Amino acid sequence: MSARSRLRTGVILFGLLHVGVVCAGFFAPYDPAAQDREHPYAPPMRPHFVDVNGRVHLRPFFYAQTLRVGSYDEYEENRASIIPVKFFVRGARYHLLGALPLRTHLFGGDLPLYLLGSDAYGRDLFSRVLFGAQVSLLAGLIGASLTLAIGLCIGAAAGFWGGWRDEALMRVAELFMALPWIYLLFAMRAFLPLAVPPLQAFVLVVVVFAAVGWARPARMVRGIVISAKERDFVRAARGFGASGGYLLRRHILPETAGVVLTQVAILGPQFVLAEMTLSFLGLGMPEPVPSWGNMLASLQHYNVLVSYWWMYLPVVIMVPFFLGYLLLASLLQENSGAAKIEVARSGV
Amino acid sequence: MMRFLLRRAGHAAFLLFGVSLLAFFFSALAPGNYFDEMRLNPQISAERVTALRAAYQVDRPMAVRYAHWAGALLHGDLGFSFAYNTPVAPLLWARARNTLVLTGTATVLVWALALPLGIWSAERRGKPMDVALSWVTAALLIVPDLALAFGLLLLAVWSAWLPTGGMVSVGFDEFSAVHKVRDVAVHLVLPVTVLVAAALPVLLRHVRSAVAEALEAPFVRAAEGHGISRMRLLYRYALPAAGHPLIALFGFSLGTLLSGSLLVEVVMSWPGLGPFLLEAILARDLYVVIGGVLLSALFLVVGNFVADVLLYWVDPRIRAEAPGR
Repeated sequence: MSARSRLRTGVILFGLLHVGVVCAGFFAPYDPAAQDREHPYAPPMRPHFVDVNGRVHLRPFFYAQTLRVGSYDEYEENRASIIPVKFFVRGARYHLLGALPLRTHLFGGDLPLYLLGSDAYGRDLFSRVLFGAQVSLLAGLIGASLTLAIGLCIGAAAGFWGGWRDEALMRVAELFMALPWIYLLFAMRAFLPLAVPPLQAFVLVVVVFAAVGWARPARMVRGIVISAKERDFVRAARGFGASGGYLLRRHILPETAGVVLTQVAILGPQFVLAEMTLSFLGLGMPEPVPSWGNMLASLQHYNVLVSYWWMYLPVVIMVPFFLGYLLLASLLQENSGAAKIEVARSGV
Repeated sequence: MMRFLLRRAGHAAFLLFGVSLLAFFFSALAPGNYFDEMRLNPQISAERVTALRAAYQVDRPMAVRYAHWAGALLHGDLGFSFAYNTPVAPLLWARARNTLVLTGTATVLVWALALPLGIWSAERRGKPMDVALSWVTAALLIVPDLALAFGLLLLAVWSAWLPTGGMVSVGFDEFSAVHKVRDVAVHLVLPVTVLVAAALPVLLRHVRSAVAEALEAPFVRAAEGHGISRMRLLYRYALPAAGHPLIALFGFSLGTLLSGSLLVEVVMSWPGLGPFLLEAILARDLYVVIGGVLLSALFLVVGNFVADVLLYWVDPRIRAEAPGR
């Protein structure tokens, strides 16, 4: 693909997916924590246009699923009971963008519809994966931003003032880079309370990311600041009597913008994966709040993997997000060659 | 040479010291310890808990405990596990060995695949096969490891061709030597595949871009003009010139031998260091956690050190700059 078409694909993909996630309440038919004990482990439903009599419906419909007699987890399609899809239906309450209380959902039916199936409590996997994306992607985004903010401050301070401050800060940064990050993450998470409410857990996860990840961006920023410091226009400004703070704000930090943006695109998905890892292992977001990690956790049980393969389906929704990030990151990277070398060393 | 080595070794030692301090610092932040839960147990008397706390010195101040622990460490003693009631070192070693079997195999495979493939695609950069390969690596790159692991597990369950977890079959001890090796190898297939699939795209891309850059260099053009054979051109001229980032990456893959496979170990129930440390973290088995973190940090530091030494040896530019750096 040419850079241009890649940019377009990346941005469109990225934008559409994120609109879907930000407005998860609207696109998801159900509340992510709402349980339906009548339909545990319901398999995914398929939309139909042609019914058993061969009649074509313009409005897509689903067949209702009923438990097979004598079974607790095997369903059969009830061809007699047709659920037409309704659009813009009233359903569970949700808050659009966290503020606007609404009840309208994009689609729904008179009987439960499970596009991706349901889990052990009869919770809709499609709704959960959308709401889970809010948690996971936000953790990635805020984690990356916080990490870069810290990295930017420390890197700028080290590069700008130099001398023993630079030496000390960079030694600490190397120390953090020598730590195996996943164990550091665990160690920090482990030594904090295990059972915490969701919001606190979220803050905790993000802060842990920032504490682990700041060193690498700090080193990159430092390198740029050191070279920018010696540029002629900076010297000129200094000659005119500009203060240190002014120089940093006005002339030096803008030079780092390219690297910082690239790093957001690289660190973002990494932190999404880290959040998935933590939650998957039970150290991140607690149930019933969905996150991509804790949704996959149930697959660890052998029988779930064997009998209810659709528990794996949320992955199908996750992969396009990573594709969007990859496209964006590779484009940004091509535009700032300096970042490449550092990334090559990091091996990620 | 000696001075350069000493400098890097001193640096590594400093890093390890720092890691041990940090690990201890985090442990000091921890609310509670292993014995706190015992206090809730009516069958254990308060005096007994106090005595245990004193015996394991968890009631002493941080600095004293650190000094004690660091002193023991210098004699090769990593401390004592509360949960297993034995020294930490043998426990860790048994698990680390299993992890190394897994990651060692994966690392060898990844490099054996990435080097020839990377050079091959660098040679025909821009041609259809190179583009196709870059699509494959991109596809591998966007599937999260976790998803990949479960996907393969699902396939293994459906096909029933491969074991879906663990390292050995039931009755392993009675197998003959050949049978034992084969058994472990069969169990290795799935986790190694996941590790290779996760590491290959990154490495392949680096090899490709490094070699492609070297192939553009005038000296390669000149060699080409002299009629040097293709293989010699690629492996004898371009590869060493592309060596710098690759050696750094090699150090990195040495370094992550212990810490890179945690998730796969958990998913595929491989009895390695990862699940063991996770369990220790949940049980607040302090010295096991610190020991594990330190051990994997040791690998990272040693990996970097090896890379530094290799670079010094391979790259005359660094030798010229040394002993500075």
